[in-house]
Amino acid sequence: MANRIPRVPVREQDPKVRATNFEEVCYGYNLEEASLEASRCLHCKNPRCVSACPVGVKIPDFIERIVSGDIKGAAEVIALDSSLPAVCGRVCPQESQCEGSCVLGVKSEPVAIGKLERFVADNSPVEPVPAVSGSGVKVAVIGSGPAGLACASDLAKMGYDVTVFEALHKAGGVLQYGIPEFRLPKDTVLAREIGAVTALGVKIETDVVIGKTLTVDQLMDEEGFKAVFIGSGAGLPKFMGIPGENLCGVFSANEFLTRNNLMKAFRPDYLTPIHAGRKVCVVGGGNVAMDAARTALRLGAEVHIVYRRTEAELPARREEVHHAAQEGIIFDMLTNPVEILGDEKGWVRAIKCIRMELGEPDESGRRSPVPIPGSEFEIPTETVIMSLGTSPNPLISSTTEGLDVTRRGCLVADDTGATTRPGVFAGGDAVTGAATVILAMGAGRTAAKAIDEYLKSSLQ
Amino acid sequence: MFEILTKEMLTPNICRMKVCAPRLAKAARPGQFLIVRADEKGERIPLTISDYNASEGTVTIVTQSIGASSIDINSLEVGDSFADVVGPLGLASDFVKMTPEELSAQHFVFIAGGVGTAPVYPQVKWLHERGVKVDVIVGARNRDLLIYTDEFRRVCDHLYICTDDGSEGFHGVGTAMLEKLVSEGEVFTRAVAIGPMIMMKFATITCRKLGIPIIVSLNSLMVDGTGMCGACRVTVGGRTRFACVEGPEFDGYEVDFDEAMRRQGQYKAEEAEAMEHHVCKIGRGK
Repeated sequence: MANRIPRVPVREQDPKVRATNFEEVCYGYNLEEASLEASRCLHCKNPRCVSACPVGVKIPDFIERIVSGDIKGAAEVIALDSSLPAVCGRVCPQESQCEGSCVLGVKSEPVAIGKLERFVADNSPVEPVPAVSGSGVKVAVIGSGPAGLACASDLAKMGYDVTVFEALHKAGGVLQYGIPEFRLPKDTVLAREIGAVTALGVKIETDVVIGKTLTVDQLMDEEGFKAVFIGSGAGLPKFMGIPGENLCGVFSANEFLTRNNLMKAFRPDYLTPIHAGRKVCVVGGGNVAMDAARTALRLGAEVHIVYRRTEAELPARREEVHHAAQEGIIFDMLTNPVEILGDEKGWVRAIKCIRMELGEPDESGRRSPVPIPGSEFEIPTETVIMSLGTSPNPLISSTTEGLDVTRRGCLVADDTGATTRPGVFAGGDAVTGAATVILAMGAGRTAAKAIDEYLKSSLQ
Repeated sequence: MFEILTKEMLTPNICRMKVCAPRLAKAARPGQFLIVRADEKGERIPLTISDYNASEGTVTIVTQSIGASSIDINSLEVGDSFADVVGPLGLASDFVKMTPEELSAQHFVFIAGGVGTAPVYPQVKWLHERGVKVDVIVGARNRDLLIYTDEFRRVCDHLYICTDDGSEGFHGVGTAMLEKLVSEGEVFTRAVAIGPMIMMKFATITCRKLGIPIIVSLNSLMVDGTGMCGACRVTVGGRTRFACVEGPEFDGYEVDFDEAMRRQGQYKAEEAEAMEHHVCKIGRGK
């Protein structure tokens, strides 16, 4: 029986070797491995994997095409619902979505849906898309991250004239500045996926900060855009508010990762500097914390993850935690910083921490950490990277009349993405606060549909 | 995009360029900055805008060659283009929001030092065009390093030139000139200092002594310039602020200058290394 085949392991770079380079950790399946893994799918009548996917990729259908050797066909099936398959195959939390719902996972291991998606995306050529003749009505998309790209490609497929405005000098948003090369290669994988979006006729204008260079009002009143989608993400870093956070050697994960990923500071031929030093403490336990830690490790530092709960509560994907541990990241759990201590020159010399224990479960269901009185101790370190999450940037909401935000700075939008301002839609982290790539893509697609309906009714 | 239309050397290592950036030029206000990247491998360098012309669609930047990246910026020629010019970033000077009545009651004094002299110009020009009383104190080490003196003569009521060695104008620093003017009976309602962090620190000390409110423009380290990285964190009035989105101008009395100076030098070791590498490369004829 097909489901007796064990999950096909994926080949990865040796942990000792990859700890010293920025090349991709996972090599992905070859055709033989992919075909074998694809043959494990039971083709359930009511595929739970599809409903667990935020964009509803027809998973059993594309897997079936892999089995029959039709990789191009598999790519076409995925393309119906996802505009960034090579990205999603790499960075989606499959264990809590498609793979987490796979029936095979009950008794053995789920089908490696993410790795199969990646295989299909990496092994099918980007075909030139015939131009869609459409209304030519202009729609502006703010932000070229996952939400913006998904929204833009759906709108382009419907025949709209779409321009994406990006504040940074390269498109991709968090895929460009946040996720490191060793998880998502930029020049090969990301550039190719963005190329597929522009092949649909989507224009991307970099170096335009909406709220500064142009306002939403100017886009609509002066530049002729009939609708606007805001997918500006959650880019503002949080700090702890403890003493010593402005010492030299304390960085936000955003700064550290942007220097390394967008500015390519790890490459000697790029001019942007980065500072890791000999020992780095990363505070936090999410995917971004793992990315910052593994980046610092590759820059030559001894790296500790400092987290106030235990390993079981780490919000990062299991695969990332596993990879980090394999590479030699040290996990200091049940530890919470209370102060950062500096030397006479104003540089970090240590973090003063307090030991924690797990108390009663909080609203999120996770047992909340409680400090153990009198247990303060120092961890000597050269660098501290704060990875405590991010919140939406107020640049757009503060310069646009009639756009409501929540107390936490998130844009107010309904299920379709419609904001409190007619013609302005929003989705992704700008609405939800920091979440995942695939949820942002889902929101972008939903908004594209709503924008289409809005324009059809308002232009009649 | 971002073509360099004019270029002139104001001193042997300070260069002025007029760059094509229509949307930026249209949106720019006094006090704001932009970010420029010379080429694909260059750093994102924040520079306070030294002039802007909406009808021409141009912005002016003035850059001092001090590190590898600023040398790269200044090595571009007329007809070349920057990889990126983005802005305007940060908030406009707070006087932009003043009513005409409020403005007419003011007597501004600007204290400008080094390459920071250039971004004083659009502020002085803006005030002068609205009939506001505005004097400028420009300081430099010696007469060869003075910049923008002719430009200021056209747009301010009084220009006071100071040199550390006395080779032109007042022999001494700008703050000494300010003290002298006040002791002679000048009454200033507001001071604005733009220049090296240490100069702004001492301008603030002097203004506090003289009882003049002072605004300073902080040239902190930045990567994106839109609030994402937090490299520009500065303590103002005991609170952490982001110079890129909440500044770059702050009340001088409230700024922790010592911390700001330390933070500005955070990448000194890495920059020195880059510089060594850079010079070597030029030495080999690239």
